[in-house]
Amino acid sequence: MSILVNKDTKVIVQGFTGKEGSFHAEQCLAYGTQIVGGVTPNKGGQEHLGKPVFNTVAEAVVTTGATVSMIFVPPAFVADAVMEAAVSGIELAVIITEGAPVRDMQKAKACATKNGMMTIGPNCPGVITAEECKIGIMPGAIFKKGNVGLISKSGTLTYEGANQVCNEGYGITTAVGIGGDPIIGLSYKQLLQMFEEDPETEAIVMIGEIGGDLEIQAATYIEENISKPVVAFIAGQTAPAGKRMGHAGAIISGSAGTAKEKMDALEAAGVKVVVSPAEIGKAVKEILG
Amino acid sequence: MNIHEYQAKQIFAKYGVPTPKGIIANTPNQAATNAAELGGDVWVVKAQIHAGGRGLGGGVKLAKSIDEVRELATEILGMTLVTHQTGPEGKLVQKVYIEEGADIVDELYLSVVLDRAAEMPIIMASTEGGMDIETVAEETPEKIIKIAVDPAFGFQGFHGRALVFGLGITDKKEQAKMIRFAKAVYTLYMDNDAEMIEINPLIKTVYGDFMALDGKMGFDDSALGRHPEIEDMRDISEEDPDERDASRYGLSYIALDGEIGCMVNGAGLAMGTMDTINYMGGTPANFLDVGGSANAETVAKGFEIILKNPNVKAIFVNIFGGIVRCDRIANGIIEATKITDVNVPVIVRLDGTNAPEAAEILKNANISNLIVGDDLGDGAAKAVAAAKGV
Repeated sequence: MSILVNKDTKVIVQGFTGKEGSFHAEQCLAYGTQIVGGVTPNKGGQEHLGKPVFNTVAEAVVTTGATVSMIFVPPAFVADAVMEAAVSGIELAVIITEGAPVRDMQKAKACATKNGMMTIGPNCPGVITAEECKIGIMPGAIFKKGNVGLISKSGTLTYEGANQVCNEGYGITTAVGIGGDPIIGLSYKQLLQMFEEDPETEAIVMIGEIGGDLEIQAATYIEENISKPVVAFIAGQTAPAGKRMGHAGAIISGSAGTAKEKMDALEAAGVKVVVSPAEIGKAVKEILG
Repeated sequence: MNIHEYQAKQIFAKYGVPTPKGIIANTPNQAATNAAELGGDVWVVKAQIHAGGRGLGGGVKLAKSIDEVRELATEILGMTLVTHQTGPEGKLVQKVYIEEGADIVDELYLSVVLDRAAEMPIIMASTEGGMDIETVAEETPEKIIKIAVDPAFGFQGFHGRALVFGLGITDKKEQAKMIRFAKAVYTLYMDNDAEMIEINPLIKTVYGDFMALDGKMGFDDSALGRHPEIEDMRDISEEDPDERDASRYGLSYIALDGEIGCMVNGAGLAMGTMDTINYMGGTPANFLDVGGSANAETVAKGFEIILKNPNVKAIFVNIFGGIVRCDRIANGIIEATKITDVNVPVIVRLDGTNAPEAAEILKNANISNLIVGDDLGDGAAKAVAAAKGV
């Protein structure tokens, strides 16, 4: 078992024939992901990486039976692509694109919600179910199959955390990079619930950062609903207030959104909070024994 | 991106948000000419910098004659203004805004920001204008009204009513004026991809009119491409030159006041690296995200920017190679040390794809001040030791 995606998941790629889309679709295919086609307007009918190209998402869905779309279109067009996926029967859109305007994502997410489509990202590494299905840009080789679920706002911290977990002799069920933008799709809360319900996941690693209050909401949710052990790290304890730390959403506004308030809330909810990402693997080992 | 008060007021005017009349000046003489042109017998001379708290810092002063306008402009132009938002180094004032005086009977507060939890813009208002809103939120949170507006449906009558009743405005004419004001502010927030608008104070005049006495605006950087007229308002003298230089190479850099320079791929890992250095007893000198595709050129540029900071005693390069292979990054680091004169110990931790090959390359390069870190914890510990001269 796993969450969200597995070896049977059929995936299309929006922005399939572009440089990024091509490169990463090829990597995903090599990993074993069932990429069944892609969408690039005006290139319908062609073949790319041995898979059919469609003009519209609707055609792609009807022809291939895909339920997930991996989105690589440029930032200015990403909201359009997400909304097209939402109204065309896609169930989950994984938005890799970085630099989408906040207003556009607000609109796209409202449309996705209305049409019952889940989204991950934008500006994220994607989702991977170890040794089954990789939908995103993460290095697949570091994710060994195991019993730890991982949720992270940061791409490289996802790799760092997964690598440590695997080096300690454990592995990953599914890892989800949710992205660090001000407006994102699936968040800690929904994913924690999915991991709680997944019989194979025994522990959860949650990696957050400064800005916003998703981690605080997660703490409340964990306290009330999650029985599985959670290890957390919050990046940005040493970040100055008022500065945007790389991610669009990673900013301490006034006195809100600090690492400390998030760490305190998680600790109070019974989460094992580590002060350095270097301690993630050890903390998982302590819990799983 | 942020803009100055006088620029925000230009945008306000376009949308019919009332403001006092004003003209921008670069010299004391121009300030005096502006005052004469505005007319009246009271003027306000306002320093234009990207920071709040200008009044308390001595950057906003009242003049009762044209000569006084000139004197005050002479005093304020060229001064380094220190406020609670500028940091102790302050900001150099290069422009003053000359504004007509206003007869104030009441000071209110109005802002529009994105509510990340609600995923829609939120209008915040308070009767406690002229005060720091964080203080109000802390001491008297009941005095802040919050009204979320779903952009799918826009600003409706009930939003306006919630606002005026919340602010205790009972006069019907005044209610209509305030609703018009708030609707215009919301509209310009949406139209221009603003990230935040803050009007503090929003004043009521003796005539029962509402006016934006101050104006602060920030914009979504990702949306500037479709707003060239706002991009034109960028004042590069307000931005940190090293941060700007870094961004031209696709690097995200922020200077801090510690001793260990950091070069990392990915924003989260970059923050995590700073936190780890701190945890190990050291102090980070900067945040630096070299991005997903680190190569010899970006690494060299990273070294150059880090080494401009004289406090740097060691550099910790922490790369988790994903799609980018570590052996290529190792070669990049070796190239970079040839291009840039790196005169402090460099601790390199490369993990991920092809890490063993990378370690071999670094070992064989025989660079005297290069130390290999085995993992994040080991690399950070070695960097802290190196900075302490151990």
